[in-house]
Amino acid sequence: MNRPKTWLLVFVALIWAASWFQGAINPYYFDILITIGINIVLGVSLNLVNGYTGQFSLGHAGFMAVGAYVSAAMTIFLCPRWLAACGGGSTAESALFLGALVAGGFGAALAGLAVGVPSLRLKGDYLAIVTLGFGEIIRVMVQNTEAVGGSRGLSIPARETGLFTTYLAAALAVYVVVSLVHSTYGRGFLMVRDDEVAAEAMGINTTKYKVMAFVVGAFFAGIAGGLYAHFKQFIHPEGFGFLRSVDIVVIVILGGMGNTPGVILAAILLTILPEGLRALAALEALPVWLRGMIQNRMILYSLLLIGLMLTRPQGLFSGGGKWLRWWKRRQA
Amino acid sequence: MASLVEKEAGMSPLLEINDCTVAFGGLKAVSELNLSIHQGELMGLIGPNGAGKTTAFNLITGVYRPTDGEIRFDGRSIVGRRPYQITARGIARTFQNIRLFASLSVFDNVRAACNMHLRHGISHALWRGDAFAQEEKAVEDRVMELLEIFHLDHLCNAPSTGLPYGDQRRLEIVRALATRPKLLLLDEPAAGMNPTEKQELVRLIRFTQEKFKLAVLLVEHDMRVVMGICERIAVLDYGMKIAEGTPEEIRNNRKVIEAYLGE
Repeated sequence: MNRPKTWLLVFVALIWAASWFQGAINPYYFDILITIGINIVLGVSLNLVNGYTGQFSLGHAGFMAVGAYVSAAMTIFLCPRWLAACGGGSTAESALFLGALVAGGFGAALAGLAVGVPSLRLKGDYLAIVTLGFGEIIRVMVQNTEAVGGSRGLSIPARETGLFTTYLAAALAVYVVVSLVHSTYGRGFLMVRDDEVAAEAMGINTTKYKVMAFVVGAFFAGIAGGLYAHFKQFIHPEGFGFLRSVDIVVIVILGGMGNTPGVILAAILLTILPEGLRALAALEALPVWLRGMIQNRMILYSLLLIGLMLTRPQGLFSGGGKWLRWWKRRQA
Repeated sequence: MASLVEKEAGMSPLLEINDCTVAFGGLKAVSELNLSIHQGELMGLIGPNGAGKTTAFNLITGVYRPTDGEIRFDGRSIVGRRPYQITARGIARTFQNIRLFASLSVFDNVRAACNMHLRHGISHALWRGDAFAQEEKAVEDRVMELLEIFHLDHLCNAPSTGLPYGDQRRLEIVRALATRPKLLLLDEPAAGMNPTEKQELVRLIRFTQEKFKLAVLLVEHDMRVVMGICERIAVLDYGMKIAEGTPEEIRNNRKVIEAYLGE
């Protein structure tokens, strides 16, 4: 047994233990906790594409939508029948939910493959535009598909997503991304990001690596979508629009491109931030205009991004080595 | 000389370019080029600015596809292959403007170039079992060995782009060697070097060729470097080969003098 796998198992055991007490958590905090987990999955998986491989994708919400709708369709239309066939029971129900999540992931991965193969020939802004377009296409397609509720949205009967499934997915996403990055594949991703021409000259099939990053990223976005759908119990095409993609990109940029721990921290921070601001906006002591501004998260995000790009373009949590050295010097 | 022996024995050349033309619209960057390089040979490709040297390079490495003509390497046609496939066949290159992987360390730059020889798949990378660890270890040993040969081992954890210019050039050669080539293409390796560095480079190229038993094709502006190490030299001008021969023959060739100095 080696270290990464041990860490994974220890963490999974811990969240399994913690999930026994999830009923005791205040529903408001529980909501934040689950959202943090989902955002970690989204951020870490997008980081594989945007950060490590350097392919700027703005379509992560599209993949999330595919995963959400595929898994929701499974639990609504297929699972009750299968459940009846095998006699029911909560274990079977959980297993089917996990199956639906994985199916959502694979659906999104398939979409990733379909978008990735033709569009990954493009670079930079052009790729961003194509992936943005893809996200919009998915949204409009769902909006016009009556079978999944169209523009009315889709209700999911049972709240299946819990602490365990969410953080299991987060742990797996982190494990997969970190393992890939610390292997031949990771070196391939970084080579593609640094210099595609040189990478090809070193025998790297750049298309293969790009598509792979894209597909793995889309898979976890799909899983996150499934978790989201079975947590909120209601999904709507508008919920997977451009702004959602931007939210995820902000997590990656804030955390630092190609910095997984940073992205995890950013996912936590950016999930808590709006909640903290909500509390701040409720303070009577503050002037009305300020409270109005605080309530609008997007204004603050924009300011945050501008400030960040001016002062720390490498991300809020990248280059931590400097602070660590400073701390060590102080200790010595 | 090994190459002469081979030629006399009638062995087929390692790389053979037959009547290759690259046209961009009406402009023929390279026209009807014939070139052959034998096993273990050190060949130079020279010519004034814009003569088509780099185009010829890009032709061999698969960046451009010939409009017309045929390229054979090791007995097989490589026309229409992507650059990474050509590298896999055994042609490695360095770049005129150094293209190291900026976010990777010296060690990882070389390790990354070993990628295509690795067998482990995605499942191995995720499971991280013994087979994976052994293969990674083997690669690390090989990278260290290569770095030691070229005296870069003490810099192995340094960021690659922070190295002095000469060391960056050396690292590019090491990185190319990590792909286990039969033919090494060097694109203006002496560009931007001072005379001392150039001497060092000449020694390095000779050493590399002998140590790894490579064929080398060298594109270079610096006559002293080319004349000093190449066994055979081909001269390009306006996309056409105007001369080929030993350094002595080239030095006295009227057409070459015209191309470089004007009439």
